[in-house]
Amino acid sequence: MTDSESQENDGSPHEETRRDFLMISTVSVGAIGAGLAAWPFIDLMNPSKDVLALASTEIDLSGIEEGQSITAMWRGKPIFIRRRTDREINEAQTVKLSDLKDPETDDQRVKKGKSQWLVMVGICTHLGCIPMGNKSGQTRGEYNGWFCPCHGSHYDTSGRIRKGPAPKNFPIPPYKFLSDNTILIG
Amino acid sequence: MSSTHNNSGPNWKNPIVKWVDHRLPIFSFAQHSLIDYPTPRNLSYWWNYGSLLGIVLVIMIATGVFLSFNYTAHVDLAFDSVERIMRDVNYGWLIRYIHMNGASMFFLLVYIHIFRGLYYGSYKAPREILWIIGVLILLTMMATAFVGYVLPWGQMSFWGATVITNLFSVIPFVGPDIVTWLWGGFSVDNPTLNRFFSLHYLLPFVIFGLVFLHLWALHTHKSNNPLGIEAKGDKDEIPFHPYYTIKDLFGLGVFMIFFMGVVFFAPNLFGEPENYLRANPLVTPPAIVPEWYFLPYYAILRAVPDNFVDAWGLLPVIIDAKTSGVIAMFASILLLCLLPWLDRSKVRSARFRPIYKQLYWIFFADCLLLGYVGAQPAEGTMLLIGRIATFWYFFHLLILIPFVPLIEKTKDLPASISEAVLGNDEKVGEAAE
Repeated sequence: MTDSESQENDGSPHEETRRDFLMISTVSVGAIGAGLAAWPFIDLMNPSKDVLALASTEIDLSGIEEGQSITAMWRGKPIFIRRRTDREINEAQTVKLSDLKDPETDDQRVKKGKSQWLVMVGICTHLGCIPMGNKSGQTRGEYNGWFCPCHGSHYDTSGRIRKGPAPKNFPIPPYKFLSDNTILIG
Repeated sequence: MSSTHNNSGPNWKNPIVKWVDHRLPIFSFAQHSLIDYPTPRNLSYWWNYGSLLGIVLVIMIATGVFLSFNYTAHVDLAFDSVERIMRDVNYGWLIRYIHMNGASMFFLLVYIHIFRGLYYGSYKAPREILWIIGVLILLTMMATAFVGYVLPWGQMSFWGATVITNLFSVIPFVGPDIVTWLWGGFSVDNPTLNRFFSLHYLLPFVIFGLVFLHLWALHTHKSNNPLGIEAKGDKDEIPFHPYYTIKDLFGLGVFMIFFMGVVFFAPNLFGEPENYLRANPLVTPPAIVPEWYFLPYYAILRAVPDNFVDAWGLLPVIIDAKTSGVIAMFASILLLCLLPWLDRSKVRSARFRPIYKQLYWIFFADCLLLGYVGAQPAEGTMLLIGRIATFWYFFHLLILIPFVPLIEKTKDLPASISEAVLGNDEKVGEAAE
């Protein structure tokens, strides 16, 4: 101790010693330990097992008339299921991709041969409100699809963003047709 | 009076006080920073708001702790437990209305406090850190008020929580993961309510700690004053007690008459009726409006047009209208941290800055306008006004504040506080105004 102190007091340049190595190793182990200790506290806030263990949802489509929509729940989120009219399908298919903010063809958003059925996560991609237009009588926005009242985003008949602050189209959840009249979401 | 120094405390007569003070100089500390504490003799009523804010913080913590004795943080019970507080718990309605309106009072006072600082240049050297801690307190207050508003689990609670937590989704790459982490699931649900309750309990104590630092920084260089010149000794200063304790108490009386007037006669004045509807994850209320004290920021969030940053399509992935809106909103607050460096005028008080004084009132009106626009639908004329007001907000802080000092001819400052305020003294100086 006294040796090294007197050396430094001499004003002689500090030479690297094995003590410097010990210093660095000790601090490193301490930092790694602190990081490892912090992780459980952070991860505790991530979805728990019961939240993750979300069963998929089976939905019967037989009661839905043409031009009608229903809202189902999946993972705490509303799922819009709309049986589109021919006019709506036509409108959705004739839009030029260059007119879209988040370009996607209508075919990419429905199952092949089932273009009547539009299944989407009914959450505005701006800040998460539920847009209007899924119930009859609600305003459907300038593109005859959905309209989000929170900050004025307009979606078309394919659920694609056309106007307003939302950046993306409505997401399509993973789903498949079990039969002509039932789908399985998730 | 101001001769008492930190290490040479007062000579205590009471033997118990003397005994304690020798071991823990708590009496000396109180004497030094509450009683003898030298304060400019010319402070106006605009200097009442700091102490009022401290009192409201204590009121909020006290009523909050007592409400928590009866509140249940579970999605199935939260709304009903608040209604039970209103109906069955003794004086529950009173404590809840005080807590509810207390939040509004807290923000009303803090905005006045901030605009006082802006007018009199209280953010300028050597009070920059005092100012920055203040901005941090404001941010923590907003976080606390936000998570608290979620707790009753009404419609506005739920949808406000959804919208605000979704703001974090704009962070590149990890945004959606952060939102899931904040929610503890895939939507705002019971895990979210649970943690918001815990945080709402914790954050006020963080504010308390920040307030301690705020006061420490304040007491290091003492209060600014309406003239914006430093106090130069005994003639310019008076001890805090009794002169300002009594002035603060009088202000407290006036404030409590107003506060209790609201609590007893218009308890839902500041609230949204929609929040008396139970949260429904399937129905978004047609008009989502945040609490009044968030309206200006909300207006800024919505004002940024679609192609504002991305006019040339250069940043298609990272910066869209949503992202730029969120950035603008956070910048509108964080920018205040830089104010001490943006404003390079050596003169503090707007009293001696004829151009700044005009701009200050325009800025004040602009903030009120933003608040008004925030409550309106973001369409048509209102959207346009919102955009202009947002532009002016940043134009004021980033352009006008730095460049006005270059052309502004300031008025002559008085030689001292005492000379300015004691007009009929033997040495009559040039009065301030």
